Amino acid sequence: MAEEKKPEKTEKSKLNEQILEHSYNPKFEILKPEEVKALLERFNAKIIQLPKININDPICKLMSAKVNDVFKITRKSYTSEDSVFYRVVVDG
Amino acid sequence: MMGIVKEKIGSIEFRVLSPKVIKEMSVVKIITPELYDADGYPVEGGLMNLRMGVIEPGLRCRTCGARVKDCPGHFGYIELARPVIHIKYLDFIYNALRSTCSKCGKISLDEKTLERFKLKMKLVERQRGELEKWNISKEIISRAKNTLVCPYCGEKREKLKLKKPYSFYEEKVRVTPIDMRERLEKVADDDLELLGLDPLGGRPEWMVLTLLPVPPVTVRPSITLESGQKSEDDLTHKLSDIVRTNQRLLENLNAGAPEIIIEDLWDLLQYHVTTFFSNNISQIPPARHRSGRPLKTLSERIKSKEGRFRKNLAGKRVNFCARSVISPDPNIEINEIGVPEVMAETLTVPERVNSWNIEWLKQLIKNSPNLPCALYVFSQDGKKKRVTDESKELLLEELSDGYIVERTLNDGDIVLFNRQPSLHRMSIMAHRVKVLPGNTLRVNLTVTDPYNADFDGDDMNMHVPQTEEARAEADELMDVITQIITPRFGLPIIGCKQDHLSGLYTLTKEGAMFTKEEAFQLLARAKVYNADLKFNKEGLVSGKDIFSAVLPEDFNYEGKSGLYKPGSKNKSGDDIVKVVKGKLLSGVIDDKSVGSKKGLLLQEIAKLYDREQVSTYLQRMALLGIATLDMKGFTVLSSDSDLPEEVFKDIKSKLHQSISQVNSAIKSYESGEMVSLPGRTLRETLEQKIINILNRARNIVGSLVLNNASKDNCTIVMAQSGAKGNMLNLAQMAGAVGQQVLRGFRLKRGYEGRVLPHFKKGDLGADARGFVRRGYKSGLSPTEFFFHAITSRDAQMDTSMRTPTSGYFQRRLINALQDFKVVNDLSVRTSNGNIVQFKYGEDGIDVGKSDAGSIDVDLIVKKVSEQ
Repeated sequence: MAEEKKPEKTEKSKLNEQILEHSYNPKFEILKPEEVKALLERFNAKIIQLPKININDPICKLMSAKVNDVFKITRKSYTSEDSVFYRVVVDG
Repeated sequence: MMGIVKEKIGSIEFRVLSPKVIKEMSVVKIITPELYDADGYPVEGGLMNLRMGVIEPGLRCRTCGARVKDCPGHFGYIELARPVIHIKYLDFIYNALRSTCSKCGKISLDEKTLERFKLKMKLVERQRGELEKWNISKEIISRAKNTLVCPYCGEKREKLKLKKPYSFYEEKVRVTPIDMRERLEKVADDDLELLGLDPLGGRPEWMVLTLLPVPPVTVRPSITLESGQKSEDDLTHKLSDIVRTNQRLLENLNAGAPEIIIEDLWDLLQYHVTTFFSNNISQIPPARHRSGRPLKTLSERIKSKEGRFRKNLAGKRVNFCARSVISPDPNIEINEIGVPEVMAETLTVPERVNSWNIEWLKQLIKNSPNLPCALYVFSQDGKKKRVTDESKELLLEELSDGYIVERTLNDGDIVLFNRQPSLHRMSIMAHRVKVLPGNTLRVNLTVTDPYNADFDGDDMNMHVPQTEEARAEADELMDVITQIITPRFGLPIIGCKQDHLSGLYTLTKEGAMFTKEEAFQLLARAKVYNADLKFNKEGLVSGKDIFSAVLPEDFNYEGKSGLYKPGSKNKSGDDIVKVVKGKLLSGVIDDKSVGSKKGLLLQEIAKLYDREQVSTYLQRMALLGIATLDMKGFTVLSSDSDLPEEVFKDIKSKLHQSISQVNSAIKSYESGEMVSLPGRTLRETLEQKIINILNRARNIVGSLVLNNASKDNCTIVMAQSGAKGNMLNLAQMAGAVGQQVLRGFRLKRGYEGRVLPHFKKGDLGADARGFVRRGYKSGLSPTEFFFHAITSRDAQMDTSMRTPTSGYFQRRLINALQDFKVVNDLSVRTSNGNIVQFKYGEDGIDVGKSDAGSIDVDLIVKKVSEQ
């Protein structure tokens, strides 16, 4: 049984990597603590004032994000070339 | 004068009233359901008791001694013979009861679990705020209610069931409000927080009422009818029901009546108290008035569209306003409004007398009752006097600095003009008054777009600002001219329309020449009296030169007209609109340049010049267009859609060709030779091909119609100038209507395998599936007519169903987004600073100040380098 399970897992993670690279999936990055600090300073905001993302969101699991991590999301935009968005990971 | 606000309200907290507080805030105990005695005097201890406030002028309040307007009213209370549930607290009561032990009042979860929840709650409060705590409470309740034995006292727990609307049962045994109070009293303050109740906000046993506060009479005034009969407020009716039942219950209790009677009366009391709070609870029949109308009790006073919030607080009735049907007047200024005399002589503007206006105001008093005049005079001590023939002389003598004169509306006054639905910033704009004869409000045609108005009977509202501040604000922020560019897409929403466009198109078309007389006549109509025109040898001047006279002298612009076709080689002088130093060198003026919602040239003018100038330039353009049409004449003829015989034959043969193409496509499909497109079935491929062929056919017909129409065809002028209609409409009249499409496909539903019984089953040909090869003018065949009716009805249904839905959707969006604002770092935030968008619109551009939604850097560089 154990032998059968293993290849399935790698298959799945391969698929997940492909999902991350899919053109419909915007680029996700986890900010370093100092980058988070700079971001909050730039917008003069507290971390709870940032838009949120649930820890159970598939992307959090894929990128193994922790609570209070901040995602930098780069999307294509209709009005400008790239739009940058930030979301903080929250529990529940 | 209004009182000066000395304190600011920092926060408001709502709590549950305790019986003690109810007693303390009350001035009287209500003991009798009677309202008045035989003499019509309020009964002592009755509901209209004089201690609870005064509603009749002249009387004094028995509690505070103040008169009608100064006495705020005072509460009373009813002592209920048996406690009843407050229906609005039902959920809280239910939750508290079913998650606590009936014997010891502790939450039925073991200490460890509770401790865990307590910690979690603290964490949540810190991280996500007070409101999120409720989610934890829900979890606690859902777990505690299923415990079978109390972990503290070992009492066996019965499952408490709520039998709607408001009775509780424990294994068929009724739990009375008395029991509930008893149980709720046992719940510790510390546990309340875990159940989602704030111990500071009140004890849960207070949610079971023992005392009922009676609102003051000022809240439920009675009305004296003309017949002298008194009609009581719904609340008074309801309260007297409560007192009556309560009294009966009390008597029966004292007399030691059987349990069944007591319970019946108790239930009745519960019903009356419940409907006193809310009269539309499901499963409770609404309490009715004698006439059968449901009573309007406390909840209904507050709730929904007719309630206090939406009727009286969010929306109010106002004075100094007027409403009438609107009609067009091209001769008044864009920011003017034609006000009927009847309105002008009733609406007033207050004017404070000073040394500069005293002579003028005296003149107005003298002029009464002819317009313009003064209607009222207020002296310094605030006395109001009407200006009449008798009082005139006295007032003229009396008038001095500091008096206030209410004069009638006059030319040049600022008013606000509005058309509902007000979906826009531009739905209310400031206009200047122009008093005109007639009964309708007159508006310039160019401002119909921001109001979304037409003249098929639309009414609009006018408001007259009464203070200097209001007028200044309206002038600075709301004047029509300041609203030319819409913040929606950054183009003028006020611009030329219909006849203005047809006129300017005929005027500026290549080859349009005018004599000296004509030219000056046109310019005079456009209020230009000093044009410097260059005439040629024949003494003629081009329309483009005439148009240049209404442009600013230092204006430069380059853009495309509607005739411009990318890639086309034979360019005429009409394609590119080019203005250098206020001279129109090339290009025809159409909706792409000056039209509302499109005009780029107009946008450039609005950007560069101040508002008075912009107003005159736009007004002149519009007038010039109308003047041109007046001079040249402009008639849409039936013959506009006539075609020469040979063109007609040509169209027929072209259509024939297309249809045979369709037939051969069908043949290749049936014989299986057709190759399917990627991702499509063979059938879909065929449909796609046929639709393409038939659409091409209609386009060919369109171009044939266009090429063969005469130059001075007014229908074509309208289409090309963008005034009204398009070339497709003309092609459908003169040539063929074309394929009827229903939800993106050719018609196919109807009978088995065919749309109409006139065709063979399974016929895939053009005619059988909704191709209309005739035009509106030559007339449709019966089957074609039916096909056309199918798609027409679908379109009608679609619009009539979509409009209200999208309107409501828009309203909800506006309500959800209204408090968002763009802060200095260009991020969009809610009122408490939460970030919604990191850069407004993802590009940080204020559309209303941009070039149609973007910033044209090249243009700016060009302009700067030119300077």
